[in-house]
Amino acid sequence: MPVVSVPTILPALPEILTVCSAMALLMLGVFRGEGSTRLVSWLAVLALVLVLAVALARGGDRQIGLNGMFITDGFALFMKVLVLIGSAVSIVMAMAYNERERIARFEFPVLVLLATTGMLMMISANDLISLYIGLELQSLALYVVAAFKRDSAQSTEAGLKYFVLGALSSGMLLYGCSLVYGFAGTTNFAGLAAMFAEGNASIGLIIGIVFVSVGLAFKVSAVPFHMWTPDVYEGAPTPVTAFFSVAPKIAAMALFIRFLVEPFGALTAEWRQIIWFISVASMLLGAFAAINQRNIKRLMAYSSIGHVGYALIGLAAGTETGIQGVLIYMAIYLFMNLGTFTVILCMRRDGRMVEAIDDLSGLAKTQPALALALGIFMFSMAGIPPLAGFFSKVWVFLAAIHAGLYVLAVIGVVTSVVGAFYYIRIVKLMYFDEAKGVFDRPIGAEMQAILVVSSVVIMLFFVIPGPLLTSAELAAAALFPG
Amino acid sequence: MIIQAVCFYVFAAVAVASGVMVISARNPVHSVLFLILAFFNAAALFVLLGAEFLAMILVIVYVGAVAVLFLFVVMMLDINFVELRHGFLQYLPIGALIGFILFAELVLVIGYWALAPNIASVLAAPLPATAQVTNTQALGDLLYTRYIYAFQASGIVLLIAMIGAIVLTLRARAGVRRQDSSAQVYRPRAASVEIVKIEVGKGV
Repeated sequence: MPVVSVPTILPALPEILTVCSAMALLMLGVFRGEGSTRLVSWLAVLALVLVLAVALARGGDRQIGLNGMFITDGFALFMKVLVLIGSAVSIVMAMAYNERERIARFEFPVLVLLATTGMLMMISANDLISLYIGLELQSLALYVVAAFKRDSAQSTEAGLKYFVLGALSSGMLLYGCSLVYGFAGTTNFAGLAAMFAEGNASIGLIIGIVFVSVGLAFKVSAVPFHMWTPDVYEGAPTPVTAFFSVAPKIAAMALFIRFLVEPFGALTAEWRQIIWFISVASMLLGAFAAINQRNIKRLMAYSSIGHVGYALIGLAAGTETGIQGVLIYMAIYLFMNLGTFTVILCMRRDGRMVEAIDDLSGLAKTQPALALALGIFMFSMAGIPPLAGFFSKVWVFLAAIHAGLYVLAVIGVVTSVVGAFYYIRIVKLMYFDEAKGVFDRPIGAEMQAILVVSSVVIMLFFVIPGPLLTSAELAAAALFPG
Repeated sequence: MIIQAVCFYVFAAVAVASGVMVISARNPVHSVLFLILAFFNAAALFVLLGAEFLAMILVIVYVGAVAVLFLFVVMMLDINFVELRHGFLQYLPIGALIGFILFAELVLVIGYWALAPNIASVLAAPLPATAQVTNTQALGDLLYTRYIYAFQASGIVLLIAMIGAIVLTLRARAGVRRQDSSAQVYRPRAASVEIVKIEVGKGV
C-alpha cells in the first residue's frame, strides 16, 4: 500500500471558506423557508467580505497546493479581490430588486456564492483540469441565475441560450485541452511551461491553444464569440446582468491571461496574432454596433464587448506592463460597471422597470444626483480625462506601443472616439432633453452607497492612483518571475 | 489473437452502424434503442482494451441512467420530432463545411504527431504496473489522492446542478393533498368513526 501524503490545502483556504459558507447558507435557507432571503443575502455578503479578509491576510506569496493543481500568487490575489467585490455588490444590488419582482428566493445568494467559488478556482487554476472544473462550476451556477426569473420568457430564453452556447464553448475548450495534453503529456501549467520553454511548438499544440482560446474568448465575450452577450444581458434580470458584466468577466480574463502567459509564455509570437485579431474585432463591434441600440442593457452588452477588446490589447502586448494595463483596466471597469448598473436598477416608473435609453431624457431636471452619477460613469467609459476610464485606456495603449503594436493602439484610439458618441449621447439626453417622467423614489440606502463609492473612486482616481498602480504592478510581476 | 481482432471489428462495426441509425431512424424510440446498442458496443471495446472498470461504468451510467432517461423523455413528452427535424437539411451545407474543416485539422494534427522527447519526465502520474493492481484500484488511487481537488470540485458541480433543477422547476402548488402519516396515526377514533344505532326495521 503506497503511503499517501495529505495534499496542501492551505492555499485554497478562501475557496474552501466560500464553498462551506454557501452550503451552510443553503441549509439555513432550507430550514427557515422563503422568509429568510434577506438574512441569507446579508450573510452571503458577510461571508464574501470574510473571504476577502482571509485572502488579503494570506497575502500574495506564490504558493502551490493540492498536488500542483492550485496556485496562489500576487496576480491571483488581485483578481480575487476584484471578483469578491463584484459578487458582494451584486448580491446587495439584487436584494431589493428581487423582492419587488417577486423572485426573492434564498437560492439566489447561494448560487452567486457557488459561482464565486468557481471564479476563485479559475483564477487559481494551475492545471488544465482545474481550469475546466472551475469554469464549469462557475458557468453552471450562472446559467441558473440567468433564468432565475423563471416566469418570464425572456429570462428563460437568456438562460437557455447561455447554456447552449456555453456548452458549445466548453466542448471546444475541452477539445483544445485534449490536444494540448496529447502533444505535451501533461496538463500541469508548470510542466507545460518547462516543456515549451524554448518555444518549440508543434502545429497540433498550436491548434490546441487556439481551441482553448476560443473557449475562453466565449467566456469573456470577445468578438467573434460574442453572439450570446446582448440577448443574455437583455433577458436576464438586471442585477444578474450587472453580476455577469463584472465578476465572471474578470475571472475569465484572469484565466485567459494565466493560460497564455504562464504555460505558453515562450510562444507569445504564436498566440499574439489571435489576441490581436479578437481585440480589434471586439473594439470595432463594441463601438459600431452599440450606436443603434435603444435598450440600455443591450447597450451595456456592446459596451462590455468593447471594453474586453481594450483590455485584450494589454494581453496582446504580452509584456509585464501590458498585463499591468489589463489589471488596471479590469479594476476600473468593475467600478464603472457596478455604478452604471446601479443607475439602471433605479430606472423604474410606477413600479415597473423601464429599459429604453430614451427614458433617461431630462433626468438632470428630475433627479440631478442620479444624472450626475450616470454622467460621471459615461464620461469615464468614453475615456474623458481626468476620470479613471481615461487612465485605464492610456495604460493599455502605452503597453501596446512599447510592444510595437502600433496598429492596435491606433485602432483603439479611433474606436474609443466612436464609442464616445453613444456614451455622451446619454449625457446629452439627460441634460438637454425634455423630461419624460420621474423615476420612483426612494432608491434605497444601499444603492446610494454603491453610487457614491463608485463615482468617488472614478472621479478621484487621478488624485491617488498609487495603491491601484502598485498593486497591479506587483500582481503583473508575479506572472513574470525573474 | 485472431479472435480478438474479429471481436474488435464486429464491435466497432456495430457501434458505428448503430451510431448512424441513431441519427437516421424515423422513430425517436428506435433512435434511443440504437444509442443503447452503441453504448454496449463501446463498452465491449473498452473490455478488449483491458479497461474493464470504464466498460462497466459506461454501461451503468450511460445505459442505466442516461439512455433510460432519454427513453423516458421521448416516451412521456409529446414532442413532434418529425416537425423538429423539418428544415434540418438546410443546415447540411454549413454543417458539412464545419465538419470538413475539423476533419482537415485532425488530419493535419495526426500528420504532425510527435511525442515530446522529455515526456516521461513530465507525466503527471506514472502508470502503475498492470500486473500488480487492477485498473479499478489504479483509478481509485489517483482519483482520491492526486486528483482529490478535481473530484471534490466535481461534487460541487453536481450540487449546483441539483440546486439549479430545484430553483428552476419546483413550484409550491396550492391544493396539493400530501400524505401526512403522523396526522393519520394520531387521529383519534372519535374523529373518524361514528356509531349509529339503527333500530330494527327502520333503516338508516
